[in-house]
Amino acid sequence: MNQNLANPRVTSLPVRWTYLTTTFFLVLTGFGQMPIFKRYYIADIPGLGWLAEFFVTHYIHYLGAVVLLALAAYLLTDYLMSKRNSRRMTASGWVRMGLLAGMLASGGLLVIRNLAGTNFLPEFIIFMDVTHLGLVMVFLFVSLYCLIFKKHWTTGR
Amino acid sequence: MVQQISRRVFLKGGMAAAAGVAAASIPGTEALAGPDERKQLATLIDISKCIGCEGCVEACSEVNADNYPDPQKPFPKMVPDRVPVEDWSEKRDVTDRLTPYNWLFIQHADVEINGQEKELTIPRRCMHCVNPPCVKLCPWGAAQQQENGISRIDSDLCLGGSKCKKVCPWDIPQRQTGTGLYLDIMPSMAGNGVMYKCDRCYDRVADGELPACIEACPEDVQTIGPREEIIKKAHALAKEINGYIYGETENGGTNTIYVSPVPFEELNQAIDKGKGKPHLKPVEDTMAQANNLAAAMLIAPVAGIAAAVGKYFKRSKTVSKGA
Repeated sequence: MNQNLANPRVTSLPVRWTYLTTTFFLVLTGFGQMPIFKRYYIADIPGLGWLAEFFVTHYIHYLGAVVLLALAAYLLTDYLMSKRNSRRMTASGWVRMGLLAGMLASGGLLVIRNLAGTNFLPEFIIFMDVTHLGLVMVFLFVSLYCLIFKKHWTTGR
Repeated sequence: MVQQISRRVFLKGGMAAAAGVAAASIPGTEALAGPDERKQLATLIDISKCIGCEGCVEACSEVNADNYPDPQKPFPKMVPDRVPVEDWSEKRDVTDRLTPYNWLFIQHADVEINGQEKELTIPRRCMHCVNPPCVKLCPWGAAQQQENGISRIDSDLCLGGSKCKKVCPWDIPQRQTGTGLYLDIMPSMAGNGVMYKCDRCYDRVADGELPACIEACPEDVQTIGPREEIIKKAHALAKEINGYIYGETENGGTNTIYVSPVPFEELNQAIDKGKGKPHLKPVEDTMAQANNLAAAMLIAPVAGIAAAVGKYFKRSKTVSKGA
């Protein structure tokens, strides 16, 4: 327990790498939903041709969402059951959790939109598209800030 | 005439019901219900009746005259250079393929029926898929599907990225550069015009009228109605003429159902295919693979919680053993 208090990173290395890899691919394939990688030669880089294949990026984005949902549920449950008494969320932790929750919620609605037989109002779909993209942009800037200034999700009580 | 009136009455009633549902619906509530084949309107195209007179093509052109693009020239310089400028404004009279100025054309196929050479003519336009990838994967929400199954592109919102064309199994939407919203944002850096395709006369249908191509057809090649009924009619017709159906299952199902006296493999070989000239090949459901993962998204949080609970009890056991 003392070790945990001294070390602000209480999640294991595999969990951290899973989180980083998943968010990296989610952001990459998310931007891949816009027709930009082909236009701006990114998909011409050997090995990155798949970024111009919309059904591939769409599928990988969904796979990433599956992993992120499982990871979020795991970390939240783990925190509530094992770490709540010894650690508390930092301000930047709350902000990132809120942004992630917003992204998952807006993304979830877009997944429902993509099912056959779903008819959301066009204005609502546009709002969701813009919200999802906007939250990702803010999340990227906040994450960059946290990386530079070494802000952690939790700290000892 | 009687048939015409009854179809109009049906359309009016159907649209009123659809509008009521749309106004009252809260996003997400009907999401997992699956396509409602009573609300989605489909068209049945009896290929054996079509005489290729192009009456439908002319009618389409006439009613959509105000919807066609009027691009500003010179076009903005595109960055990078390889972004293609697509300009059909000097070729507005082209009717032998799909263009931004021609949303419906007639395909020709020389085939053999009962030992006799015959030319079949096939009206081609957007298939209006039951779950249209052009709509679902549009990153901007410019492509929209109405409750009655019509998919359309909002020319005021479209940026002309052409993703809808790339994900369409038939490459239906066609681009015109130099028009639309992108001109007001970053015309050189993002966007490239507006995508155009058949909107099955959504505004006429909303007013209880028939799509222009159906109304103008002298041979009653097309019939419109609830998908469920149209599918039944298509099967009855196919049985009657010993024919074949296209569009019922293609791309997970479309709202354009063709019935042909010859197999579609044969028709597909006989038609002229290429840019703006869609094929008639079998098409798998392009949205199915990713949508199958939607179920995994429901299970994923449960798995995550189970893993954390398992870890907690395993740790508790280890701690109590150690004590």
